[in-house]
Amino acid sequence: MKVKGRVFKYGNDVDTDVIIPARYLNTTSESELASHCMEDIDAEFVKKVKNGDIIVAGDNFGCGSSREHAPIAIKASGISLVIANSFARIFYRNSINIGLPILECPAAVKAIREGDTVSCSLDEGKIFDETTGESFTAEPFPPFIREIISDGGLIKHLERRNK
Amino acid sequence: MAMTVSQKILAYHAGLESVKAGQLVNAKLDLVLANDITGPVAIKQFEKSAKLVADPQKIALVMDHFAPNKDIKSAEQCKICRNFAAEQNIENFFDVGRMGIEHALLPEQGLVGAGDLVIGADSHTCTYGALGAFSTGVGSTDMCAGMMSGECWFKVPSALRFTLTGKPKKYVTGKDVILHIIGLIGVDGALYKSMEFDGDGIQYLGMDDRFTICNMAIEAGAKNGIFPVDKTALDYMKGRFKREPKIFIADPDAEYERQYIIDLSALEPTVSFPHLPENAKTRENWGDIRIDQVVIGSCTNGRISDLRAAAEILKGRKVKDGVRAIIIPATNQIYLQAIEEGLIKIFIDAGAVVSTPTCGPCLGGHMGILAAGERCVSTTNRNFVGRMGHTSSEVYLASPYVAAASAVSGRLSSPEEL
Repeated sequence: MKVKGRVFKYGNDVDTDVIIPARYLNTTSESELASHCMEDIDAEFVKKVKNGDIIVAGDNFGCGSSREHAPIAIKASGISLVIANSFARIFYRNSINIGLPILECPAAVKAIREGDTVSCSLDEGKIFDETTGESFTAEPFPPFIREIISDGGLIKHLERRNK
Repeated sequence: MAMTVSQKILAYHAGLESVKAGQLVNAKLDLVLANDITGPVAIKQFEKSAKLVADPQKIALVMDHFAPNKDIKSAEQCKICRNFAAEQNIENFFDVGRMGIEHALLPEQGLVGAGDLVIGADSHTCTYGALGAFSTGVGSTDMCAGMMSGECWFKVPSALRFTLTGKPKKYVTGKDVILHIIGLIGVDGALYKSMEFDGDGIQYLGMDDRFTICNMAIEAGAKNGIFPVDKTALDYMKGRFKREPKIFIADPDAEYERQYIIDLSALEPTVSFPHLPENAKTRENWGDIRIDQVVIGSCTNGRISDLRAAAEILKGRKVKDGVRAIIIPATNQIYLQAIEEGLIKIFIDAGAVVSTPTCGPCLGGHMGILAAGERCVSTTNRNFVGRMGHTSSEVYLASPYVAAASAVSGRLSSPEEL
């Protein structure tokens, strides 16, 4: 699975309340959630984001609530990958379960800048900054987790496997 | 292989002799929980893939976040849960009238207890560690899978050990203990790990203090927080917990990544400043913070001891002009007890308002949202940007003593200043 897009860069401890504020949790509509994604940290995000774009952030991305609405909003907004130094544990598990690709790669986080164009091969964990020509390697997920993500999440994966 | 308490509970539920940190195990669950926000996401997934839940007795659905419903959309969310509970014969469906804030309600109703393995689609599910359960927050998909199978897979966590010693001073509560610890290790200081508490200081912590401490383990990134089961915990479960408590004790040579010794007698009232729970400060570093609102409630601090602490401060005093003081008993039983003890009269006489149980303002849902630039001293658990309202509003996390004292003075204050 390969992805490519422009980078939105954020700092440490990006929490689920800024990813999708609780005032919008009275719905489960993916498109409605996406229309408020990152609203409280970056009001311009939803206006600028294009299909395939990539979020790059620091430590503990997705800390706070267990709301699966957070990775759902990010995925439905068009984001193809989140690269961070580390992820909060519930967000990490939720991202896999709903099929949002994520990678931990501190070297990439340090070097990649806002607005860079980045491509990534998820199977190998190879990250390439096309703007600067630098490349980085993240630990890829084992095959069974990659299969869950490429099937679009755990439930779709189980449905496909049970067919 | 020596194990921590958390590891022993996981091994037991996975049917294994022993487990070690990093191992992946599949384990049988005692309870699966969701609320009116996370439930509908899980139910929608469930209905696409399955017909009947594995065991309706092992599911709890609590309508607490936006209930009593704040708008049409949240009413629709509760309706999805209500219909599902009826179809699936889920008796532990807690609607308005029966409901309370989930993490106060489930222990009170005896649905969780020592030795249990619990997952909940709410990050503060880690609260039940206070009773010696392994309980952890998950997302809606894991909750859905738990309803389908009665099982969940876990990566066995390593642990941090917190040895609590000494007796806390007057006005130092479980909230001060956990804010101090989060200040010490940071909001990702226990990421993916267990926080295991022990030490002779535990005897001075009541059940409600322990619920508060385990409740906020997630604010340090932890997978779970857990206390040993002593007489205080057994007394709480007696006549309440529906199963026999199973007591697990850590092996003497269990491995911990790190041990912290916390001298409770040296702690002071502690407040976490915006916008992270790790910004913990004691009185000398508070400065002069004028406030607009106080909230006393939530799954962290809405229990009877919390209301008693607030009443101790507010008795015979008045909430400062220009400050809104909102008090939210966490369950109907707590509300009734507060009425019987005369606490509600003290609150209303002081000029506070008392709300029906709800998560309400804690997550910026309803019942006390902040305008631009407003400041709130709150006994809740998170002070992220925009958590309780406008992105320029501020939340200061504190104990019920500090929150009540601040309501009286109109400034962030310790009770000793009144």
